[in-house]
Amino acid sequence: MSRVRYALVPVALLAVFALLPQLSVDVPVVFGGPLDSPGTLGLLALCLVFAGVALTYDLLFGFTGLLSFGHALYFALGVYLTTIALTKWEWGLVPTLLVVAVVAILVPLLLGAISLRVGGIAFAMVTLAFAQAGQVLVQKNPRSLTGGEEGLGLNYDAIPDALVGVLNTKHLYWLALAYTAVVFLAVRWAVNSSPGRVLQAIRENEQRVEVIGLQPFRFKLLAFVLASFLATAGGVVWLLVLGTGASPQVTTANFTLTLLVMVVIGGAGTRYGALLGGFLYTLLDQRLGSLAGSTRIEDLPTVLSTPLSEPLFILGTLFVLLVFFVPGGLAGLGRRVLR
Amino acid sequence: MSAPEALIRVDDLHVHLGQSHILQGVSFEVPEGGVTALLGRNGVGKTTTLRAMLGLVPRRGSVTLAGEELTRLPTHAIVRRGIGYVPEDRDVFAGLTVEENLRVAERNGSPRYELVHELFPELKARASQRAGTLSGGQQQMVAIARALLNDNPVLLVDEPTKGLAPLLVTEVAAALERAAELATVLLVEQNLAVVARVAQQVVVVDGGRVVHAGAAAELLGDPARVRSLLGVHGSSH
Amino acid sequence: MSTFVLLTITGLGLGAMYFLIASGLSLIYGLMGVLNFAHGALLTAGAYATWWMSTHVGGGPGTKLLAGAVFGIAVGAALAALIELVLIRPLYRRPVEQVLVTVGLALALGALIEAIWGFDARPFPVPAWLIDTTSVLGASIPNDRFVEIAAAALVLAGLTGFLRFTRYGLIIRAGVENRAMVTALGIDVRRAFTLVFALGGAAAALAGVLSGVYYGVVDPTRGTSLLIFAFIVVVIGGFGSIGGTAVAAVAVGLLQQYTNYYSSGLGDLAVVLLLAIVLLLRPEGLSPKVAH
Repeated sequence: MSRVRYALVPVALLAVFALLPQLSVDVPVVFGGPLDSPGTLGLLALCLVFAGVALTYDLLFGFTGLLSFGHALYFALGVYLTTIALTKWEWGLVPTLLVVAVVAILVPLLLGAISLRVGGIAFAMVTLAFAQAGQVLVQKNPRSLTGGEEGLGLNYDAIPDALVGVLNTKHLYWLALAYTAVVFLAVRWAVNSSPGRVLQAIRENEQRVEVIGLQPFRFKLLAFVLASFLATAGGVVWLLVLGTGASPQVTTANFTLTLLVMVVIGGAGTRYGALLGGFLYTLLDQRLGSLAGSTRIEDLPTVLSTPLSEPLFILGTLFVLLVFFVPGGLAGLGRRVLR
Repeated sequence: MSAPEALIRVDDLHVHLGQSHILQGVSFEVPEGGVTALLGRNGVGKTTTLRAMLGLVPRRGSVTLAGEELTRLPTHAIVRRGIGYVPEDRDVFAGLTVEENLRVAERNGSPRYELVHELFPELKARASQRAGTLSGGQQQMVAIARALLNDNPVLLVDEPTKGLAPLLVTEVAAALERAAELATVLLVEQNLAVVARVAQQVVVVDGGRVVHAGAAAELLGDPARVRSLLGVHGSSH
Repeated sequence: MSTFVLLTITGLGLGAMYFLIASGLSLIYGLMGVLNFAHGALLTAGAYATWWMSTHVGGGPGTKLLAGAVFGIAVGAALAALIELVLIRPLYRRPVEQVLVTVGLALALGALIEAIWGFDARPFPVPAWLIDTTSVLGASIPNDRFVEIAAAALVLAGLTGFLRFTRYGLIIRAGVENRAMVTALGIDVRRAFTLVFALGGAAAALAGVLSGVYYGVVDPTRGTSLLIFAFIVVVIGGFGSIGGTAVAAVAVGLLQQYTNYYSSGLGDLAVVLLLAIVLLLRPEGLSPKVAH
């Protein structure tokens, strides 16, 4: 990739996205209101958050080749620990964030060190097991900390005013954009650094790397901790953007699977692909629900309108079709078109 | 050189495994009847050639059996044209008994159990023994018996004497002679004494291509040639 | 003592359900190398098919349940076979894509069921005698537990017999060890694949029926919540081994019951941690016996 494109494209994209909240432009069908309306900005912020989180999963799966079924655990860690600290323990924002940051490094360090002792499907199952344990823990609601099935509301007192309230949605939007930009830069740095190049070699042929005398374990652990840390950060941003507090939905295996779907739809290992996949998936998921209520779909015979009313059905089917016909994901399709 | 009655014709066979171009245009013929030995140094692609013929590895090129092109068919269909395969590592099913290992191999209505039990009486005695508990030599017998069970006109046999004690090597050679009376055998073998005993034709592979093809006696009678082509002194291991 | 008996039999009942859903998963991964994430959806589909049929036949709950179950199991088997033929078989040499497809399918099927019948739990037709209890060694055991255990035992016997005495069973046992060699013997393993998928689907559907009886209701999340336990059982018991699956299912069911009782609810956690421990101690338990 030419140096100019390498630096310019992300900067241009960033600039475009940064300016969106200033545009009073209507995009029919895609959004329910003009671009600078809180509803649309809130949706865009959510899409951006998931673009970032999908990218963290791509670092693990697409780039390092580690199929994890437990990535949701780290996202949920950010969500729940922050909510509990702010609401139940009534800490201030800064101490909360500091503690979350430390925990977000220590937990994946520990769990990753254990999980990475095995590879392949075994690794996937161990990560699933740990995430399940997390889910069970949240459901059990020890000492009423997690709110169990009903989730936990967020206490807004500790959060700076600039980030609270409908009128400040554009600040939350910029926060989400900043998060995504940071993830992008972090992943890009990780990939291009010398540890990153070792990771690529590991994905291609782990034995050859061992033969040179490098220990794949350390590099994989590094990628694991980085990806998990960034996912935890994503959880915190998600919490602020959505504003409704913690819900057990984010601890489920299904949540990790949707991240997998996002990455594969966009194109695993292509970075922009993961961003695109996360963004599009979230957009479709949110918008298809309201589209289904629209008269156009309701007019269809029940056989069609019922399944189409469930965004997850459309997304799951789309995913299956993509896997069949476009294994490189949308990014792969894009490359083919551009050639 | 190309006899019109060649039963098997391999033409310009290419196989890539990972980064390496293992077979770079292997071409040879196997005349009907008797044993043709496929020779070559270690790692040169002899096993890969057999596997490519069966479609067990992705390949480019042509493989014909009695004039029929095999490369368009899936492996099980290729085998059903009448090929018995004795793989390099025997690949017997360890969890199944000897008798079950043979039964799985049954293809049509008349499996030749009498022949198999005549050649390998020990297998009859150990019919209910789990194949995983057999010795290497006994497993080799199961592998060969499996291939002989159906009246296959072709047998692809990969290093049947590898790792066997001399007495067993002789037994296997005798079985191969018997098999050659009933089918055309393409034999990969490093043990030149066995080759000298059973084979009429030889094909030598090196650098991913065939470098020599001709009568076995002619090659084996020329130690210098043997040394240069195979890098050994023309005796058994 | 009576508590112990109650816990044990209930644990065995749970284990029965786990065995039913895990057996298909085990064979499918053992033979085909496919980690079938859609297996939970097959369970849910079977359960809902049973419920649906039961609302369309007359008679007492016993008749409804029976008619429903027959229909549900048939649906499970047919759906599984269809999935294998249309989605799995074309991706034969692409194992990663096969797994991904089952993931997408699981999400889509789950959403479809939810779209048609909604989130809410649907009541399952359960005849009174199943809800009644029988006294065993001083404990009052709900009769459905016995039915579950009996059903699982029957399926275990049936599967073992099938594998031991039929030709397809022989092919499957050989294929679990070395699929390539089976092909090299002239056998078209693909038919065995479809058969194994269909059997797995039938067993999963039966598990769905039994889970409906156990919990009294069906809901769209039933399949996914039980699928996790199925994975745990299969990993502990070894892929491709029916006997191993049975033993592991019993172990997991019992462990869950005892731990839940004696530690007020940590049974689920204990089981999940058991999975992690087993995996770390014996990671090879996960690779199919011989390379595909």
